[in-house]
Amino acid sequence: MSARAHGAEAISHRSPLKTVAGYTGMVLVLLVIAVPLFWIVITSLKERQDIYVRPAQWFPQPATTANYSDVTTRIPFLDYMRNSIVITGVLSMSKIVLGVLSAYALSLLRFPGRGIVFLVVIAALMVPNQITVISNYALVAQLGWRNTFQGIIIPLAGVAFGTFLMRNQFLNLPTEIIEAARLDGAGPLKLLWRVVLPMSWPTLVAFSLITVVNEWNEYLWPFLMSDDERTAPLPVGLTLLQNNDGVTNWGPVMAGTVLAMLPVLVLFLVLQRQMIKGLTAGAVKS
Amino acid sequence: MATVYFDAATRRYAGVHAAPAVDAITLDIEDGEFLVLVGPSGCGKSTTLRMLAGLEPVDDGRILVDGHDQAGVRPRDRDIAMVFQSYALYPNMTTAQNMAFALDNSRTPKAQIRERVAEAAKILELEDLLDRKPGQMSGGQRQRVAMGRAIVRQPKVFCMDEPLSNLDAKLRVSTRSQIAGLQRRLGITTVYVTHDQVEAMTMGHRVAVLRDGRLQQVDAPEVLYDKPVNTFVAAFIGSPAITLVESAVSDGRADLHGLAVPVDRTLAAAATDRVVVGFRPESWRIVPESDDGALQLTVELVEALGSESFVYARRPGTDGSGAERERVTIKTEKRAHVEVGDVIRVRPVESEAHLFDAGTGERLVG
Repeated sequence: MSARAHGAEAISHRSPLKTVAGYTGMVLVLLVIAVPLFWIVITSLKERQDIYVRPAQWFPQPATTANYSDVTTRIPFLDYMRNSIVITGVLSMSKIVLGVLSAYALSLLRFPGRGIVFLVVIAALMVPNQITVISNYALVAQLGWRNTFQGIIIPLAGVAFGTFLMRNQFLNLPTEIIEAARLDGAGPLKLLWRVVLPMSWPTLVAFSLITVVNEWNEYLWPFLMSDDERTAPLPVGLTLLQNNDGVTNWGPVMAGTVLAMLPVLVLFLVLQRQMIKGLTAGAVKS
Repeated sequence: MATVYFDAATRRYAGVHAAPAVDAITLDIEDGEFLVLVGPSGCGKSTTLRMLAGLEPVDDGRILVDGHDQAGVRPRDRDIAMVFQSYALYPNMTTAQNMAFALDNSRTPKAQIRERVAEAAKILELEDLLDRKPGQMSGGQRQRVAMGRAIVRQPKVFCMDEPLSNLDAKLRVSTRSQIAGLQRRLGITTVYVTHDQVEAMTMGHRVAVLRDGRLQQVDAPEVLYDKPVNTFVAAFIGSPAITLVESAVSDGRADLHGLAVPVDRTLAAAATDRVVVGFRPESWRIVPESDDGALQLTVELVEALGSESFVYARRPGTDGSGAERERVTIKTEKRAHVEVGDVIRVRPVESEAHLFDAGTGERLVG
């Protein structure tokens, strides 16, 4: 926070040249992020033959919503949406709960071997996903869990990142407040729920948001686990859309992408306000 | 309400060679007593307090509360309330919630919680602040909430860890008497940690002076001031500090910057070699110019406090190189009109001399 505040002050005292350079940089970054998004949106509104036109059309003429009705009728879009919501919901909840609980144990409870457990968790963070995929696949297929939600969810529910993030947050809390709560007779769960978590709100929201976005976009593992709309989430469903045609019809794919982005975007907008509220409250309180 | 007994309680931090942070402290605190632990920073006073609260383990020895050994008893089961230097209020809760938290946890009936919170709020003048959160309060208000949080519990023991050091000077003085008065009224055994010897002297029934984890002396404030057991206590208690001068004793007289001061022969005989003679600032008298035998000093610094002044002076001819040891601190009335650069003559009140063994630093007693 303070770094940003200092930056703001510095800008107001800069020469016009530097201000221009600063804004140019910001505009460039904005373009890098916004142009692909913009392209997705306009492509979803174009007719099929307009998509491949050169030079590129920056505004669809004529605009059409046919792609949107297309995507919802040609594939069982609502099934994929439901699967995405189930998978993301259950996975996010379990990741957040496990992450918070394990971080709490590793930061504020004392037990023998705590350091070693933490090291193991960190080591798990360093193993690339792609390596565990093969053995996980063999195991889950053997259990007969392909095309089931538990087959998708359970192998993904490990939480090294959340443990790491929340542990550091908990360790940064003032120890005296924790001690005060202990003296006030708060048991471990009450301490977590009434004292530790309310003070960690911004970090928790950030962690939750990252988790939800990640799970929503999870592709590789659900793709390996699901054959059809029984369990496949949206990203996988959109790929099926792509393959149905032989030659990819990008219009419906982009329309599906836009629809897939919307729920997360809404969630982000809601939580973002929470996050900023939490951050400023902490800053003012010293 | 309870008695507290430290039985050779010791705390060692990691690192085998280091001296213990708290070294075999034995201390008997009566029911309802206000005991102040005082000492320079790093002397182990906070650690001692935290051991009592159960926030630090006791490595050797025992701590008894009401005769029960507290080894293995969790902090939450000790029925000890603590006021922290930083107040450690729960930032997400209002004043009322902060105070009610402990009672909530002990499943006190709601009606009783409300009653006790209201009572504490009345005592501490927090009634208008019950719905505020700590972030919207001033330092003094937060301090009172921290006190309130301790009071509502009606615990066996209050532990207070420098609760006033984050307040400004004026508020500190008023809160000081408030806390002392509150303690008298509630009659709850209180252990109070401070590095400020004025707080120690004004608040406690008894004061325990610590140095390097060792207990130096436990006594009523007046006794501590009038009969310090060693040079450390003598120098630590009292502001400005006592003037201590090391000297050989010959012919029943000690040499005080060239002034011969008679010392008790039996006392002097008890010393191993040399003695340290000490006079408090108020034990000096400024004498007329004509008194040739008196100690002649050049005034270096005058601290005028209004009703009284403290004069810091040293012998003419000695420059700053002798540092503090050469300096004499004298308390004068405001009518004395002493100014920097003046040459004054002073004599100590010989009957008020403090005599210590120069080797051990211990007080010499006949």
